[in-house]
Amino acid sequence: MNMEISRRSFLKGAGAGVAATTIGAFGFGEAEAAFVEGLRPYKLAGTTETRNTCPYCSVACGVIIYSKGDITQGTAEAVHLEGDVDHPTNRGTLCPKGAALLDFIKSETRLTKPKVRRPGSNKFEEISWEQALDEIARHMKEDRDANLIERNMDGVPVNRWTSTGFLAASATTNETAWLTYKVVRSTGMVAFDNQARV
Amino acid sequence: MTNSWTDIRNTDLVIIMGGNAAEAHPCGFKWVTEAKANRGAKLIVVDPRFTRSASVADYYAPIRQGTDIAFLLGVIKYCIDNDKVQWDYVRAFTNAAYIVKEGFDYKDGLFTGYDSEKRDYDRSTWDYEIGEDGYVVTDETLQNPRCVWNLLKKHVSVYTPEMVERICGTPKDKFLKVAEMISECSTPDKTMTSMYALGWTQHSKGSQNIRSMAMLQLILGNIGVRGGGMNALRGHSNIQGLTDIGLMSNLIPGYLNIPTEREVAYATYIGSRGFKPLRPNQMSYWQNYPKFFVSFMKAMWGSAATPENDFAYHFLPKLDVASYDVLRAFEMMDQGQMFGYFCQGFNPLLAFPNRGKLTRSLSKLKYLVIMDPLETETARFWENHGTHNDVDTASIQTEVYQLPSTCFAEDEGALVNSGRWLQWHWAAQNPPGDAKADTWIMAQLHLRLKKMYQEEGGKFPDPILNLTWPYANPDEPSPDELARELNGYAVADLRDPNDPTKVVLEAGKQVPNFGTLRADGSTACGCWIYSGCYTEDGNMMARRDNNDPDATGAYSNWAFSWPANRRILYNRASCDLDGKPWDPSRKLIEWNGEKWVGYDVPDIAVTANPREVGPFIMNPEGQSRLFTRGMMRDGPFPAHYEPFESPVANVVAPAIRGNPVARVFASDREEFGDAAEFPYAATSYRLTEHFHYWTKHVWVNAVLQPEFFVEISEELAAEKGIEKGGWCRVWNKRGSVHAKAVVTKRIQPLVCDGKPVHIVGIPLHWGFTGAAKNGWGPNTLTPFVGDANIETPEFKAFLVNIERSDGPATA
Repeated sequence: MNMEISRRSFLKGAGAGVAATTIGAFGFGEAEAAFVEGLRPYKLAGTTETRNTCPYCSVACGVIIYSKGDITQGTAEAVHLEGDVDHPTNRGTLCPKGAALLDFIKSETRLTKPKVRRPGSNKFEEISWEQALDEIARHMKEDRDANLIERNMDGVPVNRWTSTGFLAASATTNETAWLTYKVVRSTGMVAFDNQARV
Repeated sequence: MTNSWTDIRNTDLVIIMGGNAAEAHPCGFKWVTEAKANRGAKLIVVDPRFTRSASVADYYAPIRQGTDIAFLLGVIKYCIDNDKVQWDYVRAFTNAAYIVKEGFDYKDGLFTGYDSEKRDYDRSTWDYEIGEDGYVVTDETLQNPRCVWNLLKKHVSVYTPEMVERICGTPKDKFLKVAEMISECSTPDKTMTSMYALGWTQHSKGSQNIRSMAMLQLILGNIGVRGGGMNALRGHSNIQGLTDIGLMSNLIPGYLNIPTEREVAYATYIGSRGFKPLRPNQMSYWQNYPKFFVSFMKAMWGSAATPENDFAYHFLPKLDVASYDVLRAFEMMDQGQMFGYFCQGFNPLLAFPNRGKLTRSLSKLKYLVIMDPLETETARFWENHGTHNDVDTASIQTEVYQLPSTCFAEDEGALVNSGRWLQWHWAAQNPPGDAKADTWIMAQLHLRLKKMYQEEGGKFPDPILNLTWPYANPDEPSPDELARELNGYAVADLRDPNDPTKVVLEAGKQVPNFGTLRADGSTACGCWIYSGCYTEDGNMMARRDNNDPDATGAYSNWAFSWPANRRILYNRASCDLDGKPWDPSRKLIEWNGEKWVGYDVPDIAVTANPREVGPFIMNPEGQSRLFTRGMMRDGPFPAHYEPFESPVANVVAPAIRGNPVARVFASDREEFGDAAEFPYAATSYRLTEHFHYWTKHVWVNAVLQPEFFVEISEELAAEKGIEKGGWCRVWNKRGSVHAKAVVTKRIQPLVCDGKPVHIVGIPLHWGFTGAAKNGWGPNTLTPFVGDANIETPEFKAFLVNIERSDGPATA
């Protein structure tokens, strides 16, 4: 894990104190009170900084995500994102897409529940992970057992499953890609592709 | 990319053609700005539209989409005619002097061996003369009329500036200015970088577009040097990685091949991959193919892959066609030959051509599984959204599962950028709701299938039952474990071949590099080109040292660059035949009399004598190819072909429509349109505010570019009575869309072969889910035909008609 306490966390409280004292020294007593009243806590105070990469184009700009909560306890939530100034390619800059990444993470149309649409139905309904995965695996096995071509007409073993296809992503990690490769290829599936084709 | 984003700072001339980096890769484009500001580099943009890249270019030339080969062969001709060739490089490092077999020829747009029934060539004459010594016959004087150089001269002779203007619509003076600027980079101390993207790939001859520029770069001596290269600006953040790891119909990780059914046994398969050198002393590095293949099989099937069973060769599927690419998959669905489909982070309903056909095809599936962090149109293809998705829901019998997956913020692992850097990242938050990582989902599917085959039996369960699964938590393999498998490890103790008493790597240890891999089953490696990314010294992809000694742009201790942490491919070609840099101010590596040393990892054996071993070590020639033998289906040289839907006939070969060997399915041919009915040349493109179909879900970006539009010239708008910001309808045989019209000076009519050609620009970011307004995209209209070599659809050049409209029924 590449997590560290924010280098800015020391600013919590201290920064506001310095500012208020300076104004006070010039004799703006009421202004000081109003100013302190209007301050809000520094929003990145106490956050965890995590190095990440923009998921959009292949420039792969470095980003830092600031989150609250504890990822090991299932409570971490991103609250801010900015370009990584240490990154050699983008040197902290982001484009209009990268700069808005927090809204992608928190998009209202993020999926949060497995769903199924039954044949002929006009709606998605919620389904448990267990049931969804059981049903999908059953679909796969039935189709594979019915249609796997074990040998061609010349008797050559070809172990070719042509009747189910798999389109892989191109923003997932290498590690996801490798596991996907293993699982898909082990079934003999050949209609296997990714976004590189487009 | 042969080079990297940060290397662009070293260039003298940037040519952006077939891309729009300022718009689509803004933070990478900054290195162009850096080169302009600090080196006085120039930027040329050649594009049908005056793009955001064009707006900051030193010189802009318009071109009709789909005619890049004619333009580039015209530049090659200009360089040859004006002796703007880096001769020492061409003579030493290309196959210019190789003699081509008698019988090879090119006439009327076709190479020797064409079969119009099969739409394919017999490529047997597209090859070299082999001498009695087993090596290619050469003529170093370049006098032999059948040497590659003279055949190339003859082949490009038709592409005069006048012919380029007729075909491309680029005014002759503008073409000549571009050719002159490019040709200045033929000296050893000036270099040009080519930055291209989908504007070159998305054509029925996309591969040959890229080849044309690669040939030009070789003639100028710009491959392997700092600030040079062929730099593909890849699309998605890990499209490079997914390609490297071979998630394609015909690939095994590391650019190995899935066998065809003609390769009936392992011996046949491996026997045809001998890669015997074609010239004396050459490395021909693919000779190591068996080591990489066997190590892959061990990573897949572990102890079930043995020398006795040919390392489980028959566990692999064998292809009966070149590939089951996406276009073929949808054709099979439409023909009732495919019943199930998975989309992992992919929205094909919007991303593939001819949406009507895609909807029809998906409607014939029995089951469709979506894994995605976001809503997609594909997941809801069955749902009626009025004019934007007018389907008969009740009649669609497809069962659709929508599985919520994680996004980057919740993921750990490596992404490979365009410059081949494997960069590790860490999870910053927990997934929302019940969303799960793709690794968990894939593991669950495998474990369930395995259990069912164990309990019930079924067809050929062996590859599923024996799949290596050495993970601490079988339910969710960790990124760390998977990365270690990709790097590779010793299965048994590896002994020194010269001293078998000595163990060089103990069983279970990570291999340090791909040179350690063996063909006897004693090593396992998921993806050989990644070897070195996770060694006994740890995760090299997580390195974050951003020091860059002497500001070369290499950043060698930042992350890991495949292969072998090499930052610039073919870097031995940055030196002359004595191993001295062509340009001392741009030194990369050099020969010190005993070995190669320098800033980058040498792309050659470190003790290889520069006068004996050529720089293109993957090629059996040891040299690069201006003539590419039978390796591409559509010709050993590029040739100009029109798009399948073109506003003009092919001037150099009037009888030929499209690419003569591109695959066309019968039902799609019927939906091609002609210029008489659909006179306008359409093209698709992206906007800087959006990323494909994701950012319409992002509030900020939906606000920045809320609504679908098409872009036309003031002349066409006036002709059609279409107002700025008014509605128009764009249609062809495949579909019809309504859009707001952006009437602009950024698109100008061209004159091609004496007739005016109007261009219609169609950006691609809208659908019927997300925060932006509902809309369409170009793929309602684009043709269902792909590149002849790799089946990338021809999105960039097709025909439409256009008229003023009152907007869609619901607007």
